Amino acid sequence: MTTIAELPAGFADKVLSAQSTFRSVMDAMARPGSVQHVVASVEMPAALMRGTAAIALTLFDHDTTIWLDPGVSKTPDVAKWLNFHTGAPVVTDPSICHFALIADAEELPDLTGFALGSSEYPDRSTTLILQVESLTRGQRYELCGPGIDRAATLRAMIAPKDLFERLAINETLFPRGIDVVLVAGDEIVAIPRTTRLIGHGG
Amino acid sequence: MSARGENTTNEDGSIARRKAAMAVLAHADAADIAACLDAVALPAHENLREAENGLVMVRGRIGGDGAPFNLGEATITRAAVRLSSGEVGFGYALGRDREKARMIALCDALMQSPERADGVEAKVIAPLRAAISARHARRAAEAAATRVDFYTMVRGEG
Repeated sequence: MTTIAELPAGFADKVLSAQSTFRSVMDAMARPGSVQHVVASVEMPAALMRGTAAIALTLFDHDTTIWLDPGVSKTPDVAKWLNFHTGAPVVTDPSICHFALIADAEELPDLTGFALGSSEYPDRSTTLILQVESLTRGQRYELCGPGIDRAATLRAMIAPKDLFERLAINETLFPRGIDVVLVAGDEIVAIPRTTRLIGHGG
Repeated sequence: MSARGENTTNEDGSIARRKAAMAVLAHADAADIAACLDAVALPAHENLREAENGLVMVRGRIGGDGAPFNLGEATITRAAVRLSSGEVGFGYALGRDREKARMIALCDALMQSPERADGVEAKVIAPLRAAISARHARRAAEAAATRVDFYTMVRGEG
């Protein structure tokens, strides 16, 4: 049971940290597959990585609904921390959430359970924030799509091995679909709904 | 049972004390609070929530039984400070003075620590309370000096 006296503090410098993190996320989204760094110093609950915590403090507010994976929601630590620092409501139904925080990527549920947006408002879909083991070593993924000059190579150890196969639903759903931000420590990589996998290997 | 009752009374007492301290600090000037805090040995502390500006809706009602309405928004600043010993204090102040909100939060945290509360009460809250009541008394005296009493002459009817 976390009391308020044990809550981690959040950003050391709220304004500049949020601005620099926003910039990192924006660059990551503009250049899918490229590794961006979160430089802000932040205190966070044990279940979250630095990048995840910084993104949460930057993008979440009282208007954004959050869904937490079963592992994170088992203890109230993360929900309390989010509530204190961002005021974002935590929901149990993934189909109405704006952001889904997935600390243990093995627990990633079926993607069609999340909000996919509507044809009129494709932006009303869930953005997945997925913590992975590494974004600099591991399997090689070749990506293409808007924001990528011919092809981008990403080396990553992603826990659900079939993540990109699952993201193939974005092709049929477009312009609806799910955007993903992968986080490993303070490194982030964005896989927006327009990015396609063109090859992978060891 | 009696122990629990005693605890509740103690808690109520400390909450009432914190409320009274907040009422004084909210009306005090930031410079005065800072000057008073200089006299107190501050323990290690950190900003749990950095001071931030925001808006609150001010509600009003005309008369005691009038329907409440939204009067308008007021700027406020809030902060939360945590002492190394674990006490968390909260500060809210009208206006945009972040340092004031942070100092109020720090005083609130100190007021919750049993060994420091009396020191803060004596060195910070009491002088500020005296200054505020002196200011009120001076204003009241200034206003009283210009008081005019009106007499209505009763006019005779005949």
